[in-house]
Amino acid sequence: MRYLDEFGDPDLARALLDDIHRTVTKPWALMEVCGGQTHTIIRNGIDQLLPEQVTLIHGPGCPVCVTPLEMIDRALEIASRPDVIFCSFGDMLRVPGSGRDLFRVKSDGGDVRIVYSPLDAVRLAQEHPDKQVVFFGIGFETTAPANAMTVTMAQQLGLTNFSLLVSHVLVPPAITALMESPVRRVQAFLAAGHVCTVMGMADYQPLVEKYHVPIVVTGFEPLDVLQGIRQALVQLEEGRAELENAYPRAVSYEGNAVARQVVGEVFETCDRAWRGIGVIPMSGWRLAPEFADFDAELRFDVTGITTEESGLCRSGEVLQGLITPVECAAFGKECTPRAPLGAPMVSSEGACAAYYQFRRLESPAAGGAR
Amino acid sequence: MCLGVPGQVTAVWEANGTRFATADFGGVTKEICLAYVPDVVVGDYTIVHVGFALTRLDEASALETLELFRSVGLLDEELGVVRTPTGPTSAAG
Amino acid sequence: MTDHLDLEGWSCPMPLRDHPQVVMGHGGGGALSSDLVEHLLLPAYGDDGGVLAQLGDAAVLAINGGRIAMSTDSFVVRPRFFPGGNVGDLAVNGTVNDVAMTGARPLHLAVGMVLEEGLQLAELDLIARTMGRAARRAGVGIVTGDTKVVDSGHGDGVYLTTTGIGVIDEGVDLGPHRVRPGDAVIVSGPIALHGIAVMSVREGLEFGSEIETDCAPLNGLVVALLASGADVHMLRDPTRGGVAATLNEIATSSRTGVAIEERAVPVPDAVRAACGFLGLDPLYVANEGKLVAFVAAEHAELALATMHAHEYGVGAVRIGTVVEEHPGVVVARTGIGGTRVVGLPLAEQLPRIC
Repeated sequence: MRYLDEFGDPDLARALLDDIHRTVTKPWALMEVCGGQTHTIIRNGIDQLLPEQVTLIHGPGCPVCVTPLEMIDRALEIASRPDVIFCSFGDMLRVPGSGRDLFRVKSDGGDVRIVYSPLDAVRLAQEHPDKQVVFFGIGFETTAPANAMTVTMAQQLGLTNFSLLVSHVLVPPAITALMESPVRRVQAFLAAGHVCTVMGMADYQPLVEKYHVPIVVTGFEPLDVLQGIRQALVQLEEGRAELENAYPRAVSYEGNAVARQVVGEVFETCDRAWRGIGVIPMSGWRLAPEFADFDAELRFDVTGITTEESGLCRSGEVLQGLITPVECAAFGKECTPRAPLGAPMVSSEGACAAYYQFRRLESPAAGGAR
Repeated sequence: MCLGVPGQVTAVWEANGTRFATADFGGVTKEICLAYVPDVVVGDYTIVHVGFALTRLDEASALETLELFRSVGLLDEELGVVRTPTGPTSAAG
Repeated sequence: MTDHLDLEGWSCPMPLRDHPQVVMGHGGGGALSSDLVEHLLLPAYGDDGGVLAQLGDAAVLAINGGRIAMSTDSFVVRPRFFPGGNVGDLAVNGTVNDVAMTGARPLHLAVGMVLEEGLQLAELDLIARTMGRAARRAGVGIVTGDTKVVDSGHGDGVYLTTTGIGVIDEGVDLGPHRVRPGDAVIVSGPIALHGIAVMSVREGLEFGSEIETDCAPLNGLVVALLASGADVHMLRDPTRGGVAATLNEIATSSRTGVAIEERAVPVPDAVRAACGFLGLDPLYVANEGKLVAFVAAEHAELALATMHAHEYGVGAVRIGTVVEEHPGVVVARTGIGGTRVVGLPLAEQLPRIC
């Protein structure tokens, strides 16, 4: 694919890695916020190829992982109803709620469908006027414009059988929470490229200044990730803390103004519980009151849900970068992709799943953990 | 987050006041929504996420970035860094 | 109806307990499927000859001083018609290939059909003719069959089951017991075409592409390989779960490690693009006209040359080597020189957004 394959070129990767090795003189800890970046790092073995002194901490940028348990349980409840067609992205189907997941609901007879785009859900609503079509609107800011458009389209089309179960999360408040935490290890951040494609870069300037931490907007292909790491390390070695853009082909400082406007109309900011971490104030989006008609939480009375997390699961610590998955006692034993205790073991970009798939040969004893 | 893939717009049309397009991802074609990129026209590359184009891909910038990477490689050669599969070995020791 | 299931009595403490009912993953060809077979079906069937426990795609049986291979497979693919073929092609070639992977020459097929009331006869005719054509192409005969009809709403149009038998010539000995460290791992051509072709027409995910299924009979290729004099140790066709599942199964059953070069794995550009677009790893996507061969190191070139000379082996490539390290685990060297474990897929890969 054009403008993709070139950014995986092994010779250029080696050139960037060599330059990184030449640059680093002290130990540094960087965090890549975005799960898609974690996936690239682990899948390509980038973390193994970096200098020993560089530690990559995998951040909570996996919307599947951090979707609050209560929200998963609400989704399960709604999807179980006989008059509902429940549409979701593939990643969400195996995320464990309290005791079951969407796959289970499907095998119990629920009409659960995987869609590529939220627009597919709108189309289904048009095709099945006798059913209630609900779309599971999770994701970071990147997915919000798509989800927002389903609401405006449904409104335009006068659909009464379409609703959205919204659980958006925002990156800047998460970075704030991480930097405010007493146990803070992160010295530089690789910001999520496509989040910034939508939102622009302005939100990160105050974070750079307040915490004196380099933030480099980074893409997702191997060369993009290496370049982001390289720029962050150069800043750290030089004692600078600036906001830089290592993904200029897809990110501008202003972001996408049209998208931000629509998103600003359809959603409003709210507190959000991040699974495994806790409530981060003003870190989520929910549907604005004007669009209450399309809010699945209001349309389906899903109160009275009791949630139940596994006591063994340490996903919160993993998501905050406090431990690596291999350091969790349940990793690979009670908790595996086939029987996950927490969301990071399910999502293809969750740190635990990535480690399980790609790093199973390492263990803390073998010195594989960083 | 954010599986956003670059695709080239090969056709554009309007439906119910919204712009749609056919995007070509290296041989795979898919219908996408252009509502968020009013300036994108046939021939442009866009980054597509869950069926929506989020931005026009700046091709000049992409090529510049690749040039930058290549120049890093040339710098290595100048410094006599020998590239090995597992790590650099500087000729300078 | 059935005896009460004693969950406590199961030998493996975990997996099946999490799914008191059948889930789609149980048919995916990955870990969930193996669980179902090993922890529910095997104990139930009993296994006096030890043949079933080998869990090969085909059973090798001693009969009247000779050996035959027998295999059965059911075909429930949806949609039934996909670019380059239909379920009829799969039903014939799938079983022909399973039999051929033991080194046997497939001879005869039995076909069981479960038809849903209301299925268009024109569609059935098309599928049946496809099967006849595929059988002729593979050089096998459909010698017996059965057809049942179920009420409308109780079947998915057509369910096909084919059972094949073949003869194993004396001296042919393929299987995980022959796999050794040092063996070359060869794949007969570009991967992931079938899975992507089917996905491209699956509802909810449709996308336009030129990719067609690679569904093909491989018995001729196997005959050529065995006749070449190359010391072939093991053959398997990577269907559900892709090349990754196959390599993992063989690594486990032969108790060796497998090391592959990611860059060597042949993936057509269009397939790579589709996988990139959906967020799938080609190693986990299904094939229907490919085989993986484990060949003695000194005969790797001979095997490759032999395959290149055959219609279905033109794109054969060596992708790796069997190693002593990490027995049971498949490790890939990534494009940029790192390593990653290529694990057994849990169930069918799902397109992802992240």
